[in-house]
Amino acid sequence: MDRTAIIGVGMTTIEAEKRRETFADMTWEAVNKALSDAGMTIADIDNVVTTSSDFWDGRTISLMAVGDVSGAAEKNVSCVEGDGTYGAFYANARALSGSYKTTLVTGHSKGSQCVSSLITNAAFDPIYERVLGMDMITASAMQANAYMNRTGVKPEDAALVSVKNHGNALKNPMAQLPMNITVDDVMASEMIADPLRKLDCSPVSDGCCAVIIAHESVATKFKQKPIWIRGLAFCTDSFFFGDRDLARSKALTEAAKKAYAMAGIKDPRKEIDLVELYDAFSYQELLWLEEMGLADYGKAAARLKAGEFNLDGALPVNPSGGLLSGHPVIAAGLYRIAEIVLQLRGDAGAHQVKKAKTGLAHGVNGLCGQSHCVWILDKEK
Amino acid sequence: MAEKEQLIIESGDAAQPFKYAVGMHGSKFFTETRDNMRLMGLKCPKCGKVYVPPRGVCGKCFVEMDDWVEVGPKGVIGTFTILRFAFIDPETGQQKPVPYGYGFIKLDGADTLLQHYIDIKDESKVKIGARVEPVYAQERKGITRNIEYFRIID
Ligand SMILES: [Zn+2]
Repeated sequence: MDRTAIIGVGMTTIEAEKRRETFADMTWEAVNKALSDAGMTIADIDNVVTTSSDFWDGRTISLMAVGDVSGAAEKNVSCVEGDGTYGAFYANARALSGSYKTTLVTGHSKGSQCVSSLITNAAFDPIYERVLGMDMITASAMQANAYMNRTGVKPEDAALVSVKNHGNALKNPMAQLPMNITVDDVMASEMIADPLRKLDCSPVSDGCCAVIIAHESVATKFKQKPIWIRGLAFCTDSFFFGDRDLARSKALTEAAKKAYAMAGIKDPRKEIDLVELYDAFSYQELLWLEEMGLADYGKAAARLKAGEFNLDGALPVNPSGGLLSGHPVIAAGLYRIAEIVLQLRGDAGAHQVKKAKTGLAHGVNGLCGQSHCVWILDKEK
Repeated sequence: MAEKEQLIIESGDAAQPFKYAVGMHGSKFFTETRDNMRLMGLKCPKCGKVYVPPRGVCGKCFVEMDDWVEVGPKGVIGTFTILRFAFIDPETGQQKPVPYGYGFIKLDGADTLLQHYIDIKDESKVKIGARVEPVYAQERKGITRNIEYFRIID
């Protein structure tokens, strides 16, 4: 099979409210950063995939808001509605298709412009569920209880994820919430939905990220060192919550297995050097790590406590600070990919990890991980 | 066999509110129409095209624009329609009183067309190419309705 690589990344700072900037203004910034990172001009891009959600953006055909600034004029532009990792998945398929060579993919979102609980409530079935008021936080609280009940993990254990990730964000100038906090601070923060406290939850954020994916035939033509896509896969669970085992995530296990197989990875615990994953809530970092086979089920908390997932640990997880330190929905997964790319190139700055040859980026679509997308990226082809 | 009752669930008054950031370019456009009753566009440094309403980037040239130019206030009707059917008014949620005129207006000095209402007191004069000018609202809140409508001038 032909190979593809990521040859440029660009991101805006993640902020609570980017009032000066429209979707287009944010995207313009991220796209130009990615082009300059790659050493390309817009003429070198032959097609564009934007990622956005009409519900979050409060407009239909939301890609139209960012077409001009993505350089889509007179190019083939298409949109993926969902997390940025899925937009990038499609972008990668286009780069492999034979019809295109260089795909620019963007993901943008402004949580500041809407009532996020109403938007996530609208994800539920309008016939049976929506009227009850379930939203992302409520649903995740139920998942947290199911997971803690099954594994014996305590809220204090999960709180350490928040401590670690907010602490990592102190070294990432793009992060919205760099914070020096303790487990006691998390446990003293406001209870939102049992067992989730305010500091267990990711914030509402604005931001845009752009990534350029190239076919191997052109991947080394430009200035930037390519980061090779070794494996990628996504897998989806049932839509209805009642149909799923919320304490587990079979879809993630499957997606990870497929991505490892494509990458030729036999022992992910030995072969993967760092992870950027979708920690919308503190407990999710533990659950996702376990379902990806990077920790035994119910045992990630102990390894976290031992410091293994720290920036200088054996397997750094979310060295950027993760979603807990900034959660622009839709763009969030693309930020994970861009962060891994910077790390593998050695360009992550203050939050650079020591050993970074092979990295894993993870994105989620739907509530409580209904669908997962897993990317294995590598410094070497 | 008797037909079963087929139910409907209504969303009722449930709303999905948004607060759209107008952004730096739109904020300038609206404060100018609000405070100075002036229409402003942005000119592309490369192709020279003047964009109204203004936005930050000329998509064709892929360059940022920051050269503000005053346009109008007069212009011509690029195309139009007269609404006879009472659709729901997004401003009020009620049926919008008909008839009313709706048009794309090419302001003098602009290269793009601005959407707005067109006065239809004399329908025979509402034509493509007819000269128009804006009629400003008494109370201007920094939105598209700073201008009430465009009227035909002879
Ligand atoms: Zn131009």
